[in-house]
Amino acid sequence: MIEFQLDETSGVATYMQLVQQVHQALRLGLLELGDQLPTAQQVVAKLAINPNTVLKAYRDLEREGLVRARPGRGTFVTGSVPGTDPATQARFLADMTGWLRSARAAGLGLDDIEAIYRTALRDTFAEGVA
Amino acid sequence: MSAILEAAGLGKRYGHRWALRDCTLAIPAGRVVGLVGPNGAGKTTLLNLAVGLLAPTAGTISVLGGRPDAPGQMARVGFVAQDTPVYRRLPVGDHLRAGAWLNPGWDEEAARDRIERLGLDTRQRAGSLSGGQRAQLALTMALAKRPELLLLDEPVASLDPLARREFLQGLMEAVAEHGTSVVLSSHLIADIERVCDYLIVLTGSRIRVAGEVSELLASHHQLSGPRRGPGTLPAGQEVITESHTDRQSTLLIRTSTPILDPAWTVRPVSLEDLVLAYMSRADSAAPTRPALGVAS
Repeated sequence: MIEFQLDETSGVATYMQLVQQVHQALRLGLLELGDQLPTAQQVVAKLAINPNTVLKAYRDLEREGLVRARPGRGTFVTGSVPGTDPATQARFLADMTGWLRSARAAGLGLDDIEAIYRTALRDTFAEGVA
Repeated sequence: MSAILEAAGLGKRYGHRWALRDCTLAIPAGRVVGLVGPNGAGKTTLLNLAVGLLAPTAGTISVLGGRPDAPGQMARVGFVAQDTPVYRRLPVGDHLRAGAWLNPGWDEEAARDRIERLGLDTRQRAGSLSGGQRAQLALTMALAKRPELLLLDEPVASLDPLARREFLQGLMEAVAEHGTSVVLSSHLIADIERVCDYLIVLTGSRIRVAGEVSELLASHHQLSGPRRGPGTLPAGQEVITESHTDRQSTLLIRTSTPILDPAWTVRPVSLEDLVLAYMSRADSAAPTRPALGVAS
């Protein structure tokens, strides 16, 4: 059984923090197929958060195919996080490095590059944020 | 979904002063509602109207589909008044006995179990309990009634952080187990942010905003960009607060449509930003305070 933690200063929505912690636990092997997640009641008894927040996180995980709720029994792990293909990761790393080199060559400083990166990141993921 | 608490044009006047005015609300069932506002805003008045301790001067209020003072209503609504009152000279165990005697739906087993888990001695007089223990006793009494709606007036205001956390843990556990609807007044926004999924901001005896927390956060944005007047915003973007320097404008706006103007830097707002914005907007007599997070 895993235990959730909350980072109140992160600015990340509470349900999203729970989702990310399950992802992380799956990646690290702390959670495996068939393992049970804490019940909503157990989570709220520890974190003092709204039970609907836990249910929303579990519904998201269920939609991703990672867990399934069995009525009256609990929520169980039914899938694993697909690790990104190492070749794909290497390709994007090379692209990014190339881009950064040309940005530096063009005279952009670290702050400029960070501002551009953050703007692009926000614009790209804007639709996904509730 | 049926409303658990519905008010239309609700008002309460003391002499010439309106403690609550033009209050129109429809809170869906199954929510944990945070009622936020400064002291004297009318939070206690609204809660007292909801439990029938006060009668409205204007408008109507219905709770669980009935008038607050209707027979049988008391058993369905749990109420923990400010400062979590208990009978000081009465031992903890006698509180439970009185609760069992007074409430038809009393869950004796749950009450005993809760007292035991809290480590309270049933022989101890309630007056000698710590603030946190007293609050927990009051919560235990309110929960053992098995209410459909639980109203709490500033339940954690006087508690230390640990007792506050423990109180909210117990409250959320009950919500998870029984699906109880809760209305909780507080001025501790961090607590509200943690436990509430519905927000009501009440200042100067009026409701300034009410709605699902997720919808409110999704529809409010902070914009900053080159200075300009609010008249230049597209229709459908309502300005909640604004501050201007000679070069820059920072606005907190409400809109349901995407912000397309590329001149704005758009930031999401936190629940605290949102509450403070509605509070400072209501306080129109005061000079405009600069919005949070403005880069110089």
